[in-house]
Amino acid sequence: MKNRLLWPLLALVALLLLNLVVTPSFFSLRMQDGHLYGSLVDVLKNGAPTLLIALGMTLVIATRGIDLSVGAVAAIAGAVTCVHIGTSGDAGTAIAGMAIALVLCAVLGLWNGFLVAGLGIQPIIATLVLMTAGRGVAMLVTEGQIVTVNNTAYKQVGAGFVVLPTSILISLLVLALVAFVTRKTALGMLIEAVGVNPEASRLAGVRARTIIWTVYVFAAVCAGIAGLMISSNVSAADANNAGLWIEMDAILAVVIGGTSLAGGRYSLTGTLLGALIIQTLTTTVYTIGVAPEVTLVFKAVVVIAVCLVQAPKARAALSFRKVAVSS
Amino acid sequence: MTTLAPRVPSRFLPVLATVALFVIAFGVGSARYDGFASGQVIANLFIDNAFLIVLAAGMTFVILSGGIDLSVGSVVALSTMVTASGLQAGWPVSLVIVAVLLIGSTLGLLMGLVIHKFDIQPFIVTLAGMFLARGLCFVISVESVSIKDRTFRDVATAAIRLPGGVTITYNVVIALLVVAAAMHVLHRTRFGRTVYAVGGSESSALLMGLPTTRVKVGVYVISGLCSSLAGLLFSLYMLSGYGLHAVGMELDAIAAVVIGGTLLAGGVGYVLGGLVGVLVLGTIQTLISFQGTLSSWWTKIVIGVLLLVFIAVQRTMVRR
Repeated sequence: MKNRLLWPLLALVALLLLNLVVTPSFFSLRMQDGHLYGSLVDVLKNGAPTLLIALGMTLVIATRGIDLSVGAVAAIAGAVTCVHIGTSGDAGTAIAGMAIALVLCAVLGLWNGFLVAGLGIQPIIATLVLMTAGRGVAMLVTEGQIVTVNNTAYKQVGAGFVVLPTSILISLLVLALVAFVTRKTALGMLIEAVGVNPEASRLAGVRARTIIWTVYVFAAVCAGIAGLMISSNVSAADANNAGLWIEMDAILAVVIGGTSLAGGRYSLTGTLLGALIIQTLTTTVYTIGVAPEVTLVFKAVVVIAVCLVQAPKARAALSFRKVAVSS
Repeated sequence: MTTLAPRVPSRFLPVLATVALFVIAFGVGSARYDGFASGQVIANLFIDNAFLIVLAAGMTFVILSGGIDLSVGSVVALSTMVTASGLQAGWPVSLVIVAVLLIGSTLGLLMGLVIHKFDIQPFIVTLAGMFLARGLCFVISVESVSIKDRTFRDVATAAIRLPGGVTITYNVVIALLVVAAAMHVLHRTRFGRTVYAVGGSESSALLMGLPTTRVKVGVYVISGLCSSLAGLLFSLYMLSGYGLHAVGMELDAIAAVVIGGTLLAGGVGYVLGGLVGVLVLGTIQTLISFQGTLSSWWTKIVIGVLLLVFIAVQRTMVRR
């Protein structure tokens, strides 16, 4: 466990130190009007939606699945809420809009779960359907426009402060909740069992299908909350670009954190580290003054490096599985 | 259909279903809109989707072998960028073409080697490839670079006249040649048969003594080569190079291949299916533009629904 997290941790520390060298004030924090400011807070705040989606993704990947639709779901959540709020500045309307959006996201998660667990379609393809159609649906909701709102209550979700930015607190709360529910009960072990071998775990009395449905619903709800954060932060819903490629970032965060795409084991701490690495990397590229678009090159290098470092283990795990199947 | 079933092998059914879908979609368009059922509309399907046809052909190899290649859209963008900036710097056209094809196949080779040697999932490796290629575009230039080279423009705008007053571009000819070559390699060579074998069961293929390494790496080289060629066609089509060209085109290519009846689990499918899949996607777009009142986002929704239907149909067939 410690070993698996060592490399991601080293990568994160290295990135942070690099930042310290480039901008000596990187670690400084200051309080102003009861709000905490600083580069580190910015990293956390910008990384909050990715972390949230990566948490849902971790559980999905632990069941040997994958969810490509989260970006589209995030866009739908923002679109539905903003269209519901419209011109209203009322807190109740904002809460109702968010509730409708999250219920809708849960339904979308049920749909993914139905395709994967009910019909037995490969997860990558099953969620590709919603990834493609979802953005179309989001545009249908916003009628192709960027919907802007002016609602202080809604603004709290993505741009508000309770000492720290609200979005950080929401993400950390969900992290703590997931950690508690899956690690203090048998749920985490059951999820891993389904990931190792769905059929065997079903025969052993685990309700594999119910668990798969649950993780997809959870991933979709996480994506929905992240979508609310993204849209609330700019007080607008952009069906085309909100959460674009965030599914890729989330999957990267999960993989960098040492969760195997082959399923069967997962690490929430690893995912937290992975999300932080990705966000710190982006921030680093900004601060050292390279064109922001070039971040992608650095991301590619980090992914390959981390995957290669972990590769012998992945290989050992794979060959073990092959032996187990053939015997 | 029941009388046909014994004579038509069931492995052809998905492709036939796609052809039927294409005919129905086109029939609906012809019945509803004047001028839909013209040769030029069909020719335009090929002209507007030539690069996608080439991408789908390459993607078919990868998917048949049981892998996936998410990098194709970015490689297209990188190819347009290299083409445009190369021509801007005054390179001869032949050198640009060679450079682009080399870059594409080298990227494919690297991804294939990493996937095979280190046993990392194709999904992650090609995702990294996608980021890398897209990022390299912006390293070359953040702005869009237009292509002003005379030869290039002449080839791009040249029209080939077919009987009946229909015109096509050289892009279409190249795309169809690629499909023919891909069909030959996949259905007539030892390499092609090994692709099917690896996709059906890699361990069985290995135990039979088939060269699985060569095939598993080779399919990514083919996909990379096709992507860079598609990138050249796309530069001819757009006459510019830009890092934001072809965003999400990998999904279109995968969708076309799946709608064309290729199983994502690997081992089942045809190059021709991918071609028909592209034509179906193109027809839907044409239908929506002829309709006029429907907005473009309906395209995405319809493609999603079609994907779903085809996956569900495949699923029931595999169970049988």
